[in-house]
Parts: sequence; C-alpha cells; structure tokens
Amino acid sequence: MLILGIQSSTLAITAALTGIGLVALALWLAGLISPSSTNPQKGEAYECGIPTRGESMAQFKVGYYLFAILFLMFDVECVFLFPWAVRVKELGGAGLISIAIFFTILVLGLVYAWRKGALEWK
Amino acid sequence: MFDFSFLTNWVHTTLLQYMPEWLAITAECVLIGVLLLLTYSVLALFYIWYERKVCAAFQCRLGPNRVGPWGLLQSVADMFKILIKELISLKYTDKFLFALAPYLVILASMLAFAVLPWGNGLQIINFNIGIFFLIAVSSIGVLGILLAGWSSANKFTLIGALRSGAQMVSYELSIGLSVLTMVAFAGTMNVVEIVEAQSNLWFIFTAHVPAIIAFIIYLIAGTAETNRGPFDLPEAESELTAGYHTEYSGIHFGFFYLAEYLNLFVVSGVATLLFFGGWMPLHIPGWDSFNMVMDWIPSVIWFIGKAVLISFIIIWFKWTFPRLRIDQMLALEWKYLLPINLVNLVVMVLIIVYGIHF
Repeated sequence: MLILGIQSSTLAITAALTGIGLVALALWLAGLISPSSTNPQKGEAYECGIPTRGESMAQFKVGYYLFAILFLMFDVECVFLFPWAVRVKELGGAGLISIAIFFTILVLGLVYAWRKGALEWK
Repeated sequence: MFDFSFLTNWVHTTLLQYMPEWLAITAECVLIGVLLLLTYSVLALFYIWYERKVCAAFQCRLGPNRVGPWGLLQSVADMFKILIKELISLKYTDKFLFALAPYLVILASMLAFAVLPWGNGLQIINFNIGIFFLIAVSSIGVLGILLAGWSSANKFTLIGALRSGAQMVSYELSIGLSVLTMVAFAGTMNVVEIVEAQSNLWFIFTAHVPAIIAFIIYLIAGTAETNRGPFDLPEAESELTAGYHTEYSGIHFGFFYLAEYLNLFVVSGVATLLFFGGWMPLHIPGWDSFNMVMDWIPSVIWFIGKAVLISFIIIWFKWTFPRLRIDQMLALEWKYLLPINLVNLVVMVLIIVYGIHF
C-alpha cells in the first residue's frame, strides 16, 4: 500500500526511528538541564533502607515459565489461524473441516494442561 | 466526509515541483516523524490529565485545576518537572539493559500508534496485514518491561516484571483471539478496509452476539494488557513500591509513564477500529438526513471521541473492582476467557459461513 507514494515499510521504519528519536531527544534534553550529584548512598537499590542482602537478580518461581510455554503454544496457533480467518467465507465448508481438526488438537492440548494442573498457581 | 488524502497528495505534488523524488520522500518522512512525535506526546499528556480528572470525579474531588484552564496544562508541567529531575545511576544495575528498556517500551507503543487509522485518508502505516502487525509490535512492550525489571537489580522490580510478563503474555491470547474473531468477520486484516467495511453499520451491531462477547473480552484483556485497573498487580503500590519501574528516575521513569497512557489509547483505538467503526460516523440505514448530519462531524473527531469514551470505561474499571490476586488473574484468563473466546470464535465462524448476519 502506498501513502504519499511511500512504501508502508519505509513508514514503519520512520515510526520506529521516531520512537527511538523521542527517547534519545528527551534523554539528551534531560542531560542538559538536570542536576547531578554523587553520593555513595544514592546507588543503593530502593528496597528497605538498609544495604541490600543477597543476590537481586535471583532465581524466581518456576510457575512463570509454565505459563510462558503455554502462551507459546497458543500464540503459534494464532499465527496459523489469522491467514485462515481472512478467507473464511471463500474457503467455506472444506476450510471449516480442516480447521476443526486443527482446533480439536489445540483444545485437547488445553484440556491436557488443565487436567495436569498446569493452570493452577501453586 | 473530508478526504485527507486530498491534502497529503497536494503536499506530495507540491514538493515534487521543487525537488527530486528521493528528496521529497525524505522530507515527507521527516514531516511524518515530527507530526507523529507531536501527536504522540500531546495525546499522552492529554490522557494523563484525563485520567486524573476522571479519577477525581469518581472520588468526588476536583482533580488538577490550577495550571491552565481546567488544569489542562498540569501534565505538561509535570512532564517538564520530570525532565529536570536527576537521572540517578545505580551501582548494581545491568547498565546496557537498563538503558535499553525505555527504548523498547516507547518503540512498541509508537509503532502500534502509527498503525491506527485516524480519519478518512489519514493513516500512516497501511499494511495489508495491518492489525496483525499491530499485535506483533505491541508485544515488544513486554520485553521492555521484563528487561526493566530484571536489569534494575532490585527484588521488587524483578517480581513486578515477572508478574507483568505473565499477565501481558496471558492476556495477549485473549486480545489475539477477539481480534481474530473480528478479522474473520471483516475478511481482511487491512485497517482501512476494516473501517470501510463498517460504513453502513458498525461491527458491534452487525455481527450479532459474538461481536459483543468479543468486545467484552477485548476490554477485559485490554485492561490487563495496559497493567491497569483491577489488574495492576505488577505495580501494586502496597507490596512492590512501584513495580518494574521502581529504580527508574527522572525522564527514564517518564517514558514508562507516557507509554502506559499511550497504550491505553492504543487499546481503546483498536477497540474503536474493530467494533465501533474506526473513524466511520454513526450511520443508521434509512435515516438519510441523520446520516448527513453525522457526516458533517470530521472523521478525526469521531475516532478520537470514540477512543476517549472507551478509555473512560477502562478507567472506570479501576475505581470499581478491587485488585486481583495473581492466581485469580491467571485463572480468569486461562479457565474463563480463553475457553469462552474459543467457543465464541467457532460461533462467529458458523455465522459467517452460513451467512446469518446483516
């Protein structure tokens, strides 16, 4: 699609550069006008007032990984469903049957995860 | 309806008279960039003011009312104040990732913002996979938030970022599926064509019950996507200080703030686009004089007006529902919204294939 005779991909790059430009510009401005002072206490983490104990980039709960993996499964499914969704009307009955098979396998996956207790937050 | 492509074509032809084509295109790209930057910041500042005013109204307060008329300049003053605050460099942070995170967050919201159709002939990025591109770029934001939380070397930010990641990743499915439902109905992913398909009646009226269910699910998921309302547990003040951006100071924090409000606009803008006809005026078949009057209102005002109204509902959520626990939040998505959404998609597809719609 052309707007003003420019390809949309060029415009997407323009928008991306604008976003980066906004951050860079504001940081540069802030660097010019904001004060700066040093103090050994300033670099401490904002946690509780006393020096931080232990590693902060620590291990975390495994439950988050589980949901990330489940998300992956369903997000890939979305990638497959979008092209089909655009052509639902044209594909008609045959497309419906083939997508129903795909859909069933997918729902089975969700049911399996549910029965295994992967959706519980423990 | 005034067609803005008339204006843009005029700019293009005028520029071509004075300079070679490559220079004209470069100039137009710069112009578009500047306009995008201005709209982005003005809209974000307006949204900050708007949210504060609405919150104040819900709590029987006045809200900001000193700086400028009705306090309109309050958020401008706040942003200026944030700009002159010191950027504190911390001892234990991962410097590179810490600096990278705001770029990613702003980039995601800026790209999603540029896809929205603003008015008749007034859209910037016009891919034939427009809405898909929008979903794809808006998920870059999760990456920025996760990086921000991880690189800050603070326990609160880490927990906040992980919660936010789990939440945004989960609710992205619901957003994707409700968008998919509407894409199936529209038969196209191009944002301009989606809007034009609604010139007679908006999708929320033509697409029966599935569209209404998809809209409700989209609204809930959109609230969770923007880390707002009852889903603000990534930045639950009472337990995590400020969540993933606790360690950011000055304008660094300002970027997260801006992006959060802009994402609110993007979420309401997509809801407008998919369910309420984008910039299309309200047309009722048969009521010709009514339709003529509606056509007099400019398309940009229609789009922003609808988006602001939908944002009002999202802000309303915040003051109505108490904050969810993380297990409730995940159960709501995976055990309720996702199955309902899948069934809804099937119903919608049956309606389309058998042609039982207006």
